[in-house]
Amino acid sequence: MSLKRPAKDQPKNFEFNSSSLEAAKTIIAKYPKGKQQSAVMALLYIAQKQNNNWIPLAAMKYIAKILDMPYIKVYEVATFYSMYNLSPVGKYFIQVCTTTPCMIRGAYKLVEACKEKISKNESELSSDKSCSWMEVECLGACVNAPMMQINDEYYEDLDKEKTLEILDKILKGETPKPGSYRGRINNEPENNRKTLMDLKNA
Amino acid sequence: MLKDKDRIFQNLYNDLGSDIISSQRRGDWVNTKELIDKGREWIINEIKDSQLRGRGGAGFPTGLKWSFAPKEIGSRPHYLVINGDESEPGTCKDRDILRFEPHKLIEGCLIASYAVQAHVCYIYIRGEYFIDGQKLQAAIDEAYKKNLIGKNAAGTGWDLDIYIHYGAGAYICGEETALLESIEGNKGQPRLKPPFPALIGLYGCPTIVNNVETIAVVPTILRRGGQWFASLGREKNTGTKIFCISGNVNNPCNVEEEMNVPLKELIEVHAGGVIGGWENLQAVIPGGSSMPLIPKDKCETLTMDFDSLVAEKSGLGTAGVVVINKDQDIIKCMARIARFYKHESCGQCTPCREGSGWMWRMLERMARGEASKDEVDMLSDVTKQIEGHTICAFGEGSSWPVQGLLRHFKDEIKKRNKFDPIIKENKNIPYLVDQHLLDKNA
Repeated sequence: MSLKRPAKDQPKNFEFNSSSLEAAKTIIAKYPKGKQQSAVMALLYIAQKQNNNWIPLAAMKYIAKILDMPYIKVYEVATFYSMYNLSPVGKYFIQVCTTTPCMIRGAYKLVEACKEKISKNESELSSDKSCSWMEVECLGACVNAPMMQINDEYYEDLDKEKTLEILDKILKGETPKPGSYRGRINNEPENNRKTLMDLKNA
Repeated sequence: MLKDKDRIFQNLYNDLGSDIISSQRRGDWVNTKELIDKGREWIINEIKDSQLRGRGGAGFPTGLKWSFAPKEIGSRPHYLVINGDESEPGTCKDRDILRFEPHKLIEGCLIASYAVQAHVCYIYIRGEYFIDGQKLQAAIDEAYKKNLIGKNAAGTGWDLDIYIHYGAGAYICGEETALLESIEGNKGQPRLKPPFPALIGLYGCPTIVNNVETIAVVPTILRRGGQWFASLGREKNTGTKIFCISGNVNNPCNVEEEMNVPLKELIEVHAGGVIGGWENLQAVIPGGSSMPLIPKDKCETLTMDFDSLVAEKSGLGTAGVVVINKDQDIIKCMARIARFYKHESCGQCTPCREGSGWMWRMLERMARGEASKDEVDMLSDVTKQIEGHTICAFGEGSSWPVQGLLRHFKDEIKKRNKFDPIIKENKNIPYLVDQHLLDKNA
């Protein structure tokens, strides 16, 4: 189990803006009548997006009211799932996968790069407060290891040098191009494809 | 090697595009109505004939699972839930289906929903796959627009709505009952079984839960016949499977191959060989991190299917093959996997919540050479205390890899850890074993 603590400085109020509210309504409609609690995960996610990548306690209270459920149940969900950030992580949130398949292909070099460029410790904001990094468990892109996720996008087939380049861009406020950084196409064996060759050449 | 024409996922590498027009050109949605018109019984029998086993890890026969759904819709609606919470380290196959073959999945959802009489289907996708989920959503929107799903889906007279539900980074939600809890808006902690979801599942209603890959192969099986699928692989281990080959290989990749394919062929032919050559191979995790590793000497002749791997005290799991070469410290690799399980334990059952942390800390010390000799047996005891004493299979998933390490690399651990036991007296007393139960079994 992992421990999560809400931030000390909490905003007093939180409300969805109109586009968030619209999105929330669409999601609630996906579930049967009376089962609106099912939407809690998606609503927390919307709150996180709206609030610069983290969820304040006020947002949990707000969501509890919208979904007509106890605040503590929202809190329970928000603290259980690892993708909900309960304290500020910056505009760019970098997650480096270090589980075994990535580890044996050099994921800790990526961690080194993050330590050099962003902050010495994980889950610590960079000096300009624009980003932070953390080690995470398997992100499910094992054949593209080592890899990391920045906000929603995957950055694959990395090494330390390329990670440093990506982080430089981020620190300049640019969004780097996602995908493979060795130029390979999706999950095909690089320069060694033996299957579906007719399609490849078509 | 499997012939290209027998590969189900023609667009695995996205050569052709994943939109509906390209998908129809590949044969998706072509005669869906005719397939469904043949009736529920025919569909389920055809899937039974194909001997398709679930692709999510446990390998339960799919046709049989579908037949558990109540024959008539009673007072409670039926649900179909697709498990796309792919989080098992070493596995990244469902992601490619979501982003490159979404219409195979959606068509499969329609057929399976009809077979189990569900009008609503939820596709649970891990939160990290948000971008891939958006691609699936785009495909769902296309299908709605063409009336392939929705009211009178594809002209079959069956109504079906498909919704995506995103997870938020909890491995345990890949367990089917935890997944249902998660959809209901709770934290993802598994339920006791029985009752099984087929009778009491989502919102207390009959629910069939299938993996993404399982459902995505269904339309092709029905088109080409259960017999065709059964002719691939071998008895009870039929068909094709997407293998993910990662780790210390020259060309890590996903590839669809026949069941029972030799492991060596996967590594040497498709993945371009082990880094440093075959001789540099140390061990292989054959089916995602939960499955015990297989040492090199056995990899020589091993074939990849459910039963042949069980015979080697491992399992096919999700078919995520992690290759570990001799440049790696095998104890450290397993310690990292143990850390994964410690992080992902949902905390509901004490043996798992506490034991997963114990295993991790002991393995970390063993990797550093700071453990005492007797701790090797103690670690083995801990794994036995977890295994079989938890609500869900996470207990097995976390202890099996450690048991695999102890089975095949005990000498390596003992060589590195020579500290004397801290407590020297009574050292023949096993630390945690239920001695009375062992005596009874003896």
